[in-house]
Amino acid sequence: MKKYIARRVLISFLTLLVIILILFILMQLLPGSPFNDERLTVEQQTMIMNKYGLNDPLPVQFFRYLQNMLVGDFGKSYTISKDTDVAILLQNRLPISLALGGISIVLGAAIGLFLGVFSALKHNTVWDSVSTFITVLGVSIPSYVFALGLSYYFGFQLKLFPMLFSPADGTNAYLLPAVALSMTVMATVGRFTRTEMLDVLNSDYIQLVESKGVSGPRLVITHAMRNASISILTVLGPLVVSLMTGSLVVEKIFSIPGIGQLMVQAIQSNDYNIIISLAFVYSALYIGVMLVVDILYGVLDPRIRLAKGGSNG
Amino acid sequence: MDKPIEFLPNDFEFVKDADGAMIDEVYSGESFWKNILRRIVKNKGAVVGFFSIMIILILALIGPEISGYTYDQQISGHESMAPRIPGLEKLGIFDGTETLKTSTGEMEVNKYEQISGGEDVYHWFGTDVLGRDLFTRTWEGTRISLYIALVAVVVDVLIGMSYGMISGFYGGKVDMIMQRVMEILNGIPSLVVVTLLIIVLKPGLLSITIAIALTGWIGMSRIARASMLKLKQSEYVLAARTMGAKDFPIMYKEILPNIFSQLLIMSMFSIPSAIFTEAFLAFVGIGIPVPMASLGSLISENFKSLTTHFYMIVPPVIVLAVLMLSFNMLADGLRDALDPTLKEV
Repeated sequence: MKKYIARRVLISFLTLLVIILILFILMQLLPGSPFNDERLTVEQQTMIMNKYGLNDPLPVQFFRYLQNMLVGDFGKSYTISKDTDVAILLQNRLPISLALGGISIVLGAAIGLFLGVFSALKHNTVWDSVSTFITVLGVSIPSYVFALGLSYYFGFQLKLFPMLFSPADGTNAYLLPAVALSMTVMATVGRFTRTEMLDVLNSDYIQLVESKGVSGPRLVITHAMRNASISILTVLGPLVVSLMTGSLVVEKIFSIPGIGQLMVQAIQSNDYNIIISLAFVYSALYIGVMLVVDILYGVLDPRIRLAKGGSNG
Repeated sequence: MDKPIEFLPNDFEFVKDADGAMIDEVYSGESFWKNILRRIVKNKGAVVGFFSIMIILILALIGPEISGYTYDQQISGHESMAPRIPGLEKLGIFDGTETLKTSTGEMEVNKYEQISGGEDVYHWFGTDVLGRDLFTRTWEGTRISLYIALVAVVVDVLIGMSYGMISGFYGGKVDMIMQRVMEILNGIPSLVVVTLLIIVLKPGLLSITIAIALTGWIGMSRIARASMLKLKQSEYVLAARTMGAKDFPIMYKEILPNIFSQLLIMSMFSIPSAIFTEAFLAFVGIGIPVPMASLGSLISENFKSLTTHFYMIVPPVIVLAVLMLSFNMLADGLRDALDPTLKEV
């Protein structure tokens, strides 16, 4: 088990290192220098370059860059909010996006789990087809279409919920965007749960439990779902990715001041420092989630925990 | 409790189980493709999906030609016109009227009556705020999405399949290194790869293609490797090797036909996500440049008029949703028909 965790941590760390290296190379490739002022003479420019260490050998620069990224010093914004530290911009926006993402994943997973279990129990009936259709719809339709629909119908026509986000509205403000974002989660979890549950329900040990006289909710919840839910963990990784992309769009539609909206603005106004820092934040988030999922998976599933180093990753 | 045994007329018939699994079907010998085709046709979802895709494909091919407008033609005076379709207009729908909400209340406007010679003007899906025909632009944009679908399949086959098959076939050190490389690549969220790439390259069809090529193949390579690992020890591979077959012929002539259906399903599943990536990039503003249109960029442009001219955003949204739905249904159907053991992906 220790070996398994050590291996996962090492891989995650390596991935993060590769990402920082790519970002560093990108910074070198991008045209222009921060000190292109025409009033500066060549000597002055060299002086400034020396002061900021831009004439050092590249490996030295890279390690300085690495150090800065890891302590959260991302440099300053160029265009969106001139000369503000990117870290400060992130500080205000990250909690909002994390809250939105968290609500969506909990909401989506809960409904998805229910739909999946429900249609597995009612296998080959009308209910099964209905919930399968809902999940196919959820997988197929991009979250921004849902976001647009919700915002038009509930926000504009019925005026039940605010069309645009404002922190003053509290939980009400999060509701529409969270529902829009959670559709993908719901559909993916639902589809996966259904297949897993069908597998489990047909297995020998469920037959044994049934023959012991256990039935109803106890059979489903304590015996079947427990085993099905372990493998549902595996879809969490891809889901985090789809939540990230989804949040970019949904935050734009509802104009939520989160990191997704910041990313969109930065892309549109070529604010490289912000794009690169956000790329780092997104990668770190994703790698962190994947690491936790992998370790949890190992902890929960004895077949992986006891396997030698888990080399079939 | 001596009850006489009662005989029923059907006592000596076979018990059919609920799914009819007892019924044997007799097939004449048929080729691989014929067999696949027969099983697909039985699956309703796959058939519906296939025909919707065909209809969309045909409309995308002929739509821009028959509309009488071009996708970048801005007709002055024709800005923001509601849909008007010949024939249907007599029924009172799609006759070019729209309800505008102003500060003084709601009013019905028919812009076709306001412009000179407007009686003979038909914009089937209406026009956008710049006076461009939306019917033409929607189908022009659909072409981009279909092109992206093609790219996704080609990438899956060229990169994903080969990478996975080679990694699985050679095993050992090759596999170790290739799998670690893949693991690291997989650790970078595709959102990050795509946006960074677009910063370095100019936004356009080429950079979108490259972005999808870089991120799209990983799932496919996993399936290809897993199937390869399962099959490379089989007898027919050994037989081929004894006959003196080299590595690549074994991989492509002996093993590939046996895992083909799984790979086909997998590549179908990658299409919706590729189309989504393009639509997403366009919506964020780094898709194909104006005045070209894609479904994503149309949604993004017309989103600004969501509350004033709702009809503008409807066609691209519906076409996109139907297209994604059809590809998903086709892929689901293919999976059920060809390889029911393959799990949901």
